[in-house]
Amino acid sequence: MTDNTMLEVRDIKRDYELSGGLFKPKKIIHAVKGISFKLERGKTLAIVGESGCGKSTLARMITFIDEPTAGDLLIDGKKVDTRPGRLTHEMRQKVQIVFQNPYGSLNPRQKIGDVLGEPLAINTDISAEERRHRANEMLKKVGLGPEHYNRYPHMFSGGQRQRIAIARALMLNPKLLVLDEPVSALDLSVQAQVLNLLADLQDEFNLTYVFISHDLSVVRYIADEVMVMYFGEAVEYGTRDEVFSDPKHEYTRTLFAATPRADVETIRQRIAKKKAMAEA
Amino acid sequence: MALLQIDNLTVEFETATGWFKAVDGVSLSVQNGEVLAIVGESGSGKSVAMLAVMGLLPWTAKITADRMLFEGRDIQKISPAERRKLIGKDIAMIFQEPIASLNPCFTVGFQIEEVLRVHLGLDRQARRARAIELFKQVGLPNPEERLGSFPHQMSGGQCQRVMIAIAIACNPKLLIADEPTTALDVTIQKQILDLIMSLQAKNGMGLIMITHDMGVVAETADRVVVQYKGRKMEEADVLSLFENPKSNYTKALLAALPENATGDRLTTVSAFFDGTPEPAQGTGLGANA
Repeated sequence: MTDNTMLEVRDIKRDYELSGGLFKPKKIIHAVKGISFKLERGKTLAIVGESGCGKSTLARMITFIDEPTAGDLLIDGKKVDTRPGRLTHEMRQKVQIVFQNPYGSLNPRQKIGDVLGEPLAINTDISAEERRHRANEMLKKVGLGPEHYNRYPHMFSGGQRQRIAIARALMLNPKLLVLDEPVSALDLSVQAQVLNLLADLQDEFNLTYVFISHDLSVVRYIADEVMVMYFGEAVEYGTRDEVFSDPKHEYTRTLFAATPRADVETIRQRIAKKKAMAEA
Repeated sequence: MALLQIDNLTVEFETATGWFKAVDGVSLSVQNGEVLAIVGESGSGKSVAMLAVMGLLPWTAKITADRMLFEGRDIQKISPAERRKLIGKDIAMIFQEPIASLNPCFTVGFQIEEVLRVHLGLDRQARRARAIELFKQVGLPNPEERLGSFPHQMSGGQCQRVMIAIAIACNPKLLIADEPTTALDVTIQKQILDLIMSLQAKNGMGLIMITHDMGVVAETADRVVVQYKGRKMEEADVLSLFENPKSNYTKALLAALPENATGDRLTTVSAFFDGTPEPAQGTGLGANA
């Protein structure tokens, strides 16, 4: 079993210090209060929670953008030294991230080809010609074409930009991909395409996903395991079927009850209720 | 007589490549006490059509309609002064970004009392009393203290409650909610939707709910208009729309919902729909009322 674990997080914590004013004491915010989980290769863990619950902070720690205050991070069975300057290029290549807003995460003055080539230029010593070749290959994989190589981000739609962001994350052949609300900014029809693309890529490269979302219907569709976070703590953690069929924590149940349902039965019940109200 | 009846509304914007039709010949109507949902993806013209009703589009927009009747009066023909008396009083709107749609420089109390002063001409004490009453109605805790708060001191959900309080301050006959919960968390979304629906039922307002979320449609609407690229694709009551969608576009949208996924991959819109708008399907219950 151990050899198949891609990512292990042990009691990870992150505090943020708010510097006080002249008469105001310093304040410490515990954004993530000790989270542990294990994730197998090729599986998807979905992290659910509302804004401010620490799910993005957790993503930032897994991708080495933020340093954990305490706790261990094991990737591919190896403990990662997350102190600044101690990270190896090899580690950075293994983990990549896709952000929520594809309008904000691409440099408007950089051509798509350069966007895709940059991770290779920084982390490897592959020649420029080879970089161009690989970028073109990757564009095809995510459903774009070589004709897009010389275009700028503003020439693409939101869904296409998210494809580019995914392509950029895949340039270094990562093993673990952290997706921070990758489809929340997209329309329903585009969301379906991007989710399908992610599923295809997972099959092809045996990728492991940490999928952060607040949309339970998306989570139910894509996840193998689900973790529900609430005020920096994991209040629920289990396989998708366990969590969805038998939620243990009060907050998870509130979350499920609050999610609007788009099925005929719910509509029937609502209309019947409304009629009863009108007659009473 | 319908509360709001729009016939053949077209909104165009001039671009470098000619006139662009953001809304293309849309007709719809809302009855007193009815909830109409307008669904569509971004760029379908659902917001623009309602902004045209509110008169909130920039002067560069070219708005044409055969008729745009509110309680039998054509709002295209009335003077701007009369229109200002109508908008905010009888027709009110709630916007998507609650924090951005409040003025950051004034307290929320000032902003709600402004509406009461302009439209109802209440004196200072009556305004304050009414504002407190409204804040209670929308479920803001400590309404007396809240009047002195600035928007940045409140959460997104609280700001949206203030926006709703401002919108219902003059007991409007028609409330237009433009993606009122899109920027909010699921649990807060539930609270805000429940609030809007209970106010709608209590005051008997007509309500137009603009949204892209099929779940929100299912939970709120009586009747639904589906729009795509500025055109109306389908109009139906909510149950028939979900049970038996007529237009290919609606079928495609419903199939793309992750909860309707069958098998390994999601059905994408292109499986049903080639992107060319087709003639509108179905006639609404209120279309000829």
